[in-house]
Amino acid sequence: MGYLGEIFVMAMTAIFIQNFVLARFLGLCPYLGVSKKLDSAIGMGMAVIFVMTLASAITFLINKYLLIPYNIMYLQTIAFILTIASLVQFVEMVIQKNAPALYKSLGVFLPLITTNCAVLGVAILNTTAFRSDSVTPYNFLDSILNGFFSGVGFTVVLVAMAGLRMRMDKADLPKSMKGMPIALIIAGIMALAFYGFMGFQI
Amino acid sequence: MFILLQTTTISLSAIGLPVLIIGALGLIFGLILAVASKVFAVEIDPRVEEIIEVLPGANCGACGQAGCAGYAEQIVNGGEAIDKCAPGGSDVVAQIAQIMGMEASSSDRKVAVIHCSSGGHENTNWKYQYEGVETCKAAANVAGGPNSCSWGCMGLNDCMRACIFDAISIDSNGMRLIDLEKCTGCGACVKACPRALIDLVPINRNVYIKCSSKDKGVEARQVCGSLHPCIGCGICAKKCPVDAISIQNNLASIDYEKCINCGLCASACPTKSILDLLVGTRKQAEINPEGCIGCTICAKVCPVQAISGELKKIHEVDKAKCIGCELCVPKCPKKVIEMV
Repeated sequence: MGYLGEIFVMAMTAIFIQNFVLARFLGLCPYLGVSKKLDSAIGMGMAVIFVMTLASAITFLINKYLLIPYNIMYLQTIAFILTIASLVQFVEMVIQKNAPALYKSLGVFLPLITTNCAVLGVAILNTTAFRSDSVTPYNFLDSILNGFFSGVGFTVVLVAMAGLRMRMDKADLPKSMKGMPIALIIAGIMALAFYGFMGFQI
Repeated sequence: MFILLQTTTISLSAIGLPVLIIGALGLIFGLILAVASKVFAVEIDPRVEEIIEVLPGANCGACGQAGCAGYAEQIVNGGEAIDKCAPGGSDVVAQIAQIMGMEASSSDRKVAVIHCSSGGHENTNWKYQYEGVETCKAAANVAGGPNSCSWGCMGLNDCMRACIFDAISIDSNGMRLIDLEKCTGCGACVKACPRALIDLVPINRNVYIKCSSKDKGVEARQVCGSLHPCIGCGICAKKCPVDAISIQNNLASIDYEKCINCGLCASACPTKSILDLLVGTRKQAEINPEGCIGCTICAKVCPVQAISGELKKIHEVDKAKCIGCELCVPKCPKKVIEMV
């Protein structure tokens, strides 16, 4: 299998088979919190893709050149959270200064994902992940791509959920089911549907 | 002794190295962020926050922005006019003007007026009995609405639900009453009414055309349940001393920029479709002969030529002609005209 095939497998795995929200159950808070409107769901999704890709790159370097050589892998969580939070803060400042338009659409969501467990999740999983031959660990480019595709997977699910919930608002539901209860039921059914992807052999 | 020392050094390095690395990491990131916050500092105008404090916070959207914060931002950075906040009224305009260092432009408070006299249980002709979703928007789409008049009020209270200030109430006949004290002129009901029956009128204008029918006179008479339709006859337009009324598509409308509140149109209307809140309460002008210097200014401003008198002689008001519009009162240089 060539490298393109490898990327395809990685994308399918990150988006559908091992989706961060519906298969790994990470990042549930924004999944339920920011999925009320399609616009904000798309904004949040873009912000997550952006942060996950950047965080994957930086944390890979921190892991490889700092944590492994000094044999302090057990501090991974602290080091990664520190890195991700600082990175997001930094990026937020840069965007606010240089791209006000982007800041307006993305900015509100950036602080929300500084400590999003999906972002930390992808950083940690990158350090233990293997390519499809189950031998080669992820290199720098693999990590970035995996971060990107995981973000895309998050966005796909979030936007789908927002679409469903906007339709649910119009539906004639029993009063006790309106809002969060039906959202949780929808989330459960979506997770079951995504469970079907687990049987795929790529 | 030696063994003890060795274990101490080992544990020291086992603790010290991670502390050093993580500490250094934190320090570096902290320094980067500190530098970045200086380099990429964006100045936020403190006036924006001050204006947000002053605005009512109802987020009603009358100003055309998404909410109060958006309006404040637009005032400071977008050059938006400061008198667009309807709920805040002149108080808020004055406060914003102070923050922005501008002169307060006078913004007349406006209130909502429903231009229809039907819509209740007893004064509406029905085409069919509507039993659907209880909103005007839905009802208007079923065979052109349940009431015979396709311009009039359907009485399903979309305007009342749109009002966040509880200014609209319902009387025993099912008619909507607008409380002029509570109405802020935000325009939410104007947008909510699918028949566009409501518009905003300056609060100091008290003569309203209570019909929106563009049907021809005969038809309007037939379908109107309240028997007060505008038939577009044009008598009011002819009676108006200041030409404030125009007839378009069989419907009279008052230009409140010109209207002087005299109420002549209301008394002339053959179908009584013009409502005059001041009827019976108008006073008439009287010139105090002691102060009058005969400048003729009052005679010139009088729209109905009720004031007569020669130059430099004492003027008199013809009580039979005076309509109580009060136009002459502020114009008198000696302030000797009183309303009695």
